[in-house]
Amino acid sequence: METIVSIKPFLAVLTSLVAVVLICLSSKKPNLREFWSFAAGGIMFLVVISLTPAILGGKIVAYRLFTLLPGIDFKFRVDALGLLFATTASFLWIITTAYSIGYMRSLKEHSQTRYYSCFAIALSSAIGVAFAGNLFTMYFFYELLSIITYPLVAHHEDADAWRGGKKYVVYLVGLSKTALLAAVVITYMTTGTLDFAPGGIFRPGMPSLLVTLSFILFIIGFAKAGIMPLHSWLPSAMVAPTPVSALLHAVAVVKVGVFSVVRVMLSVYGTETLAAYGLGLPTAFFVSFTIIAASVIALTKDDLKARLAYSTISQLSYIILGVALLTPDGIRGGILHISNHAFSKITLFFCAGSIYVATHRKKISQMDGIGRKMPLTMAAFTVGAFSMIGVPAAAGFVSKWYLAVGSIEAGSVGVLLVLLASGVLNAAYFLPIVYRAFFKEPPPGDTEFEHIKESPYFVVMPLAITAAITVVMGIYPDYFLALIERMLP
Amino acid sequence: MQAFSDIPVLKDHLLTVIILVPLVGAFCTFFLRSDRVVRWFALAVSVVDFILAVPLVLNFDRTTHGMQFVERHGWIPSLNVQYYLGVDGISVLFVFLTALLGWICVLASWNAIDKKVRDFMMSLQIMQAAMLGVFSALDVVLFYLCWEAMFIPMYLLIGRWGGANRIYATLKFFLYTFFGSVFMLVGIVALYNAGGTFDLQELMKHGYTFDFQVFAFALFFIAFSIKVPMFPFHTWLPAAHVEAPTAGSIILAGVLLKTGAYGFMRFLLPMFPDASQFFSTPVIVLSFIAIIYGAFLALSQDDMKKLVAYSSVSHMGFVTLGLFLLNKNGIEGGIIQMFNHGITTGALFLCVGMIYERTHTRDLKDYGWAAKKVPYYAVSLLIFSLASMGFPGTNGFVGEILILIGAYENYKLNVLVLIAGIMLGAAYMLWMYHRVSFGAAEGHGAHGDDEGHGHGDEEHPVRDLSPREVVAIAAFVVFVFWVGFHPMSFLDIMHESVGQLLTQVNGPAAAISSIAGH
Repeated sequence: METIVSIKPFLAVLTSLVAVVLICLSSKKPNLREFWSFAAGGIMFLVVISLTPAILGGKIVAYRLFTLLPGIDFKFRVDALGLLFATTASFLWIITTAYSIGYMRSLKEHSQTRYYSCFAIALSSAIGVAFAGNLFTMYFFYELLSIITYPLVAHHEDADAWRGGKKYVVYLVGLSKTALLAAVVITYMTTGTLDFAPGGIFRPGMPSLLVTLSFILFIIGFAKAGIMPLHSWLPSAMVAPTPVSALLHAVAVVKVGVFSVVRVMLSVYGTETLAAYGLGLPTAFFVSFTIIAASVIALTKDDLKARLAYSTISQLSYIILGVALLTPDGIRGGILHISNHAFSKITLFFCAGSIYVATHRKKISQMDGIGRKMPLTMAAFTVGAFSMIGVPAAAGFVSKWYLAVGSIEAGSVGVLLVLLASGVLNAAYFLPIVYRAFFKEPPPGDTEFEHIKESPYFVVMPLAITAAITVVMGIYPDYFLALIERMLP
Repeated sequence: MQAFSDIPVLKDHLLTVIILVPLVGAFCTFFLRSDRVVRWFALAVSVVDFILAVPLVLNFDRTTHGMQFVERHGWIPSLNVQYYLGVDGISVLFVFLTALLGWICVLASWNAIDKKVRDFMMSLQIMQAAMLGVFSALDVVLFYLCWEAMFIPMYLLIGRWGGANRIYATLKFFLYTFFGSVFMLVGIVALYNAGGTFDLQELMKHGYTFDFQVFAFALFFIAFSIKVPMFPFHTWLPAAHVEAPTAGSIILAGVLLKTGAYGFMRFLLPMFPDASQFFSTPVIVLSFIAIIYGAFLALSQDDMKKLVAYSSVSHMGFVTLGLFLLNKNGIEGGIIQMFNHGITTGALFLCVGMIYERTHTRDLKDYGWAAKKVPYYAVSLLIFSLASMGFPGTNGFVGEILILIGAYENYKLNVLVLIAGIMLGAAYMLWMYHRVSFGAAEGHGAHGDDEGHGHGDEEHPVRDLSPREVVAIAAFVVFVFWVGFHPMSFLDIMHESVGQLLTQVNGPAAAISSIAGH
């Protein structure tokens, strides 16, 4: 594969780091401060997009920044998988900035400068993970993301926020310092390198105990992926302001976790090695448990954000499931779900935030009839929910289709049943919300109901855009599919 | 720097000059009267000393393991004792570290010490000279002289300028260290009897019988492991740290503990290779205990200074572990970890001192407002906490990963224990940081309301870092990231010497490859 040396991946990471300085300098001028976030998001997105022709042309873009220790470089390497994730994350950062302006100003939140700076660094880290050229670089950005998102999770600085933040750090840092570091060391000692390679760096013939052990340690170590039983930080982290939940806990943070797992499966182990050591289907079945269990728990949650959180946990495992099937269509579906789920879930979180801004309500049971007052928000919510369920013409349908085909290719009826059951469960916990919002009468004594208005434009526009994109991606998934073709073995 | 080293005195006697500058400085300080002048003079002396140490590193020849900047003169002819100085790739780093911490210590005690400033600065400078002597001495008697000379100023620093419980702490420090020194003295006499010389390098070549090696190893091991300190000799350390003034703590953590580990590399490994191999596993086990036990002790502390002190026990466990893995990655990791620990823990003690100066309490329950009221301080503390827990991109990570790799080469399951230690390290550091910076919202320290505005006692505003403190912290931050992002500039210096050390321990056949090697 042809490799182009270009500083662009580093520039993309650098953009938002530079923005942090500007954001801090203009802390007294909110409009200028938010302009920097927009500008950085725009530049970052353009830089990322400008890499597309090369990647679609079957090339790899690489850039080595410096050498830490011989054999351990700090370097970037852009392939289709990384580009897909970076495109999604950098685009959604722009949208989320707009949404944040509406949300944070409507609720008159405190410490907004800290909020926007941490957000920018978090984005740098996410892009850094996407473009990482080896495990060390990935580990560096992965850890940076854990630390820098802590102030965002604990933004409200009350007892709940501290509790959520503590759990967040304990799970993410604790597991990455233990399992992930051990896995990296074992990988290095066994293979002699940390660099990602298209077919993986583990080869059939290496000690099977070490290969299996390190794989398990990787799965445990990337706790951001929210695989059960290491998921409970995610619902706790929902104490964060909604834009944080939206971008970080539906897109950047959890996706960094899943992305890392996918990256390790494809570029550290490789499908052949995983198949040779029989690690594919067991992983698929292991995450199947998460898919079903998280959906069942979601059914029981009355808090909208909590329900979305468990839905996220369930959907994340789809991605790992797809890749673990080790068949072309499974991998297609899994990787495609990274971006599909990102757009759909961010829409849902935006809607939850919009409802909170307009009504200060968090509980689903209080949302009867709300669709009449907030038609745009709830329409977008419906689109997002349809995508989660997998209704055709919404983005989720495409990825689920490939996942189902992949499971048949892999000859596993069990996985197919899990997918179907999960679709039913998704419908069971999303459709009642839609039903309540549009068809139920508001409770008779609800005096506030008459005063509910649609949220400000800065809140509604972003969620309308992401909902629209969700539909577009359901009808025209070709761009991302073309990228994924480059990743197939 | 080139012009510098062209001055004849500096060219031929650089090490002597580096050692003498603080000593002469101390002598001159004696005649100064005003506290202000004393402070500035001490700062000038220590800065000059640091500037002199820079060409030592820059002009150091990295391609050889031989001793450099050697100075050799007869001293006591009847016993064949010499004034014999020189540095190799290992000791040059610690000479540099000592010189670096020197002026930071003066800055750290600028306002904190307001009684008997002259005496304090004199002690500090004599201490400095003695430590530099330990790292550059190549004659056993000279080494022992400097070793013991470190002890008196340290005793004074803690005993005169320390906290409320200082007498207890100094007594404990005295008893432990003196106990160790006696064993070392016996060891030195035994060495002289067996080898017939006090020349360190000659003694290394001698080749002793196994029985003698075991005997002498035990004697020196007790002396050095008390200084490190290794479990179970560690109990003097928290007492001394907690009572010591900030500068005392920085020296104690930054350099004094290193002299013990340095002794391992100068005496135990090269002179008693068979015994080192023989005792390798027990020492590794003791290091593991230190790592885990020290971390648990740190986890349970409410006193910030004690917490950092116990973290030292844990971190020095990594060092001794690395050294006794007896492979290249382990030893290089151990050495770089020694350097890191000097930087990071020194910086953490500096941070403890700063917040203590402002609040006169070290109880973590009384903090919790740093992020709000002193943001720059909070950021600095964050950097050092992350460095201490081995965050990638900081110095701690480099040491950790090298030792991890070394431990894996030695025995795969070692990694399990180490990982547990690393995780505990992250736990107590983050937990400490949380309690210093954000904890008030949990209602411990507490004048804050629920929205998180206006924590802390508004009547006594706490000021953020002063320029003097910024300079001290910046020096540490530079090295945190320098080692973190470009460890090769430090590893390159030690490669040859570590290779030589390994040849001495494992025999010439064991040219074990290293990831940082050639």
